[in-house]
Amino acid sequence: MPVKEEKIEVEGEVVEALPSTMFRVQVDGGHPVLATISGKMRKHYIRILPGDKVKVELSPYDLNRGRITYRHR
Amino acid sequence: MIVRKSPAEIAQMGRAGRIVAETLALIGERVRPGITTAELDAIAEEFIRSHGGSPTFKGYRGYPASICASPNDMVVHGIPGSYTLTEGDLLSVDVGVTLGGFVADSAFTFPVGEISPESERLLEVGQHALDAGIEQCRAGNRLSDISHAVQTVTEEAGFSVVRSLVGHGVGRAMHEDPQIPNFGAPGRGPLLAEGMTFAIEPMITAGSPDVVVHDDEWSISTGDGSLAAHFEHTVAITEQGPQILTGAAVLLR
Repeated sequence: MPVKEEKIEVEGEVVEALPSTMFRVQVDGGHPVLATISGKMRKHYIRILPGDKVKVELSPYDLNRGRITYRHR
Repeated sequence: MIVRKSPAEIAQMGRAGRIVAETLALIGERVRPGITTAELDAIAEEFIRSHGGSPTFKGYRGYPASICASPNDMVVHGIPGSYTLTEGDLLSVDVGVTLGGFVADSAFTFPVGEISPESERLLEVGQHALDAGIEQCRAGNRLSDISHAVQTVTEEAGFSVVRSLVGHGVGRAMHEDPQIPNFGAPGRGPLLAEGMTFAIEPMITAGSPDVVVHDDEWSISTGDGSLAAHFEHTVAITEQGPQILTGAAVLLR
């Protein structure tokens, strides 16, 4: 039975909205990351705009790409 | 921390592995259009218990069955149920057995009846990718040599490697350190040494590598609906090189 790869959770601020619901997110204390929206957020039609503070999941094997899993109020 | 096993412990894992291999072979004999995945699960559980082992998956983090049965675009963790196999299906079956305190884990993707040439190719490449990963399980290599080999074989054939699911160390527990991704540059990660025991499991798709989790919170399918294959062996690193602990004459169509 495979394991889900360990993800690193970081906080950041959305810098730019890109085509295909991708976003550039400036990660706190790090470099900008290319991120998609998680399926759960899509399901609940949660909109993300530049300036939003978000939680991003990163793969330890590719720190330049991530998944936005939460938008802070 | 990667726990290494003594030759005696590896031998015990081998005994568990033999039951896993025979269970998969038995499932392979029973796979045919018309049978349900629940029936296959019952057959597997009965076989495992009658040989003195216990099905590792049952109750693991709440998993309800003895095997994972994942058809077609489902990659892994399919919960056995009323799904009835149809001619042309691919069914990935994952089995884990605990015997004498040790776990062995293996998986195989079975063709159901006659399958398309592209499906055949996917299965061949999946097995080849597993073989290539196992070949790297030698003392002195680095962990990502395994990952890189699996990725190379898969992508050279035009298929994709699932990123978010990984292989793992195995021994007294089903999931031990390290995580073993199926992609990456070679020469990275921990140095491999004798006594390490890994579950190497390439999960490949005919389309994109992205996967989605179903509402049952277990089954995982390809995001784009493309076919997926899963092959796995539990392997020990020995002085003579990689030793497959879950190998047996698995019946191929």
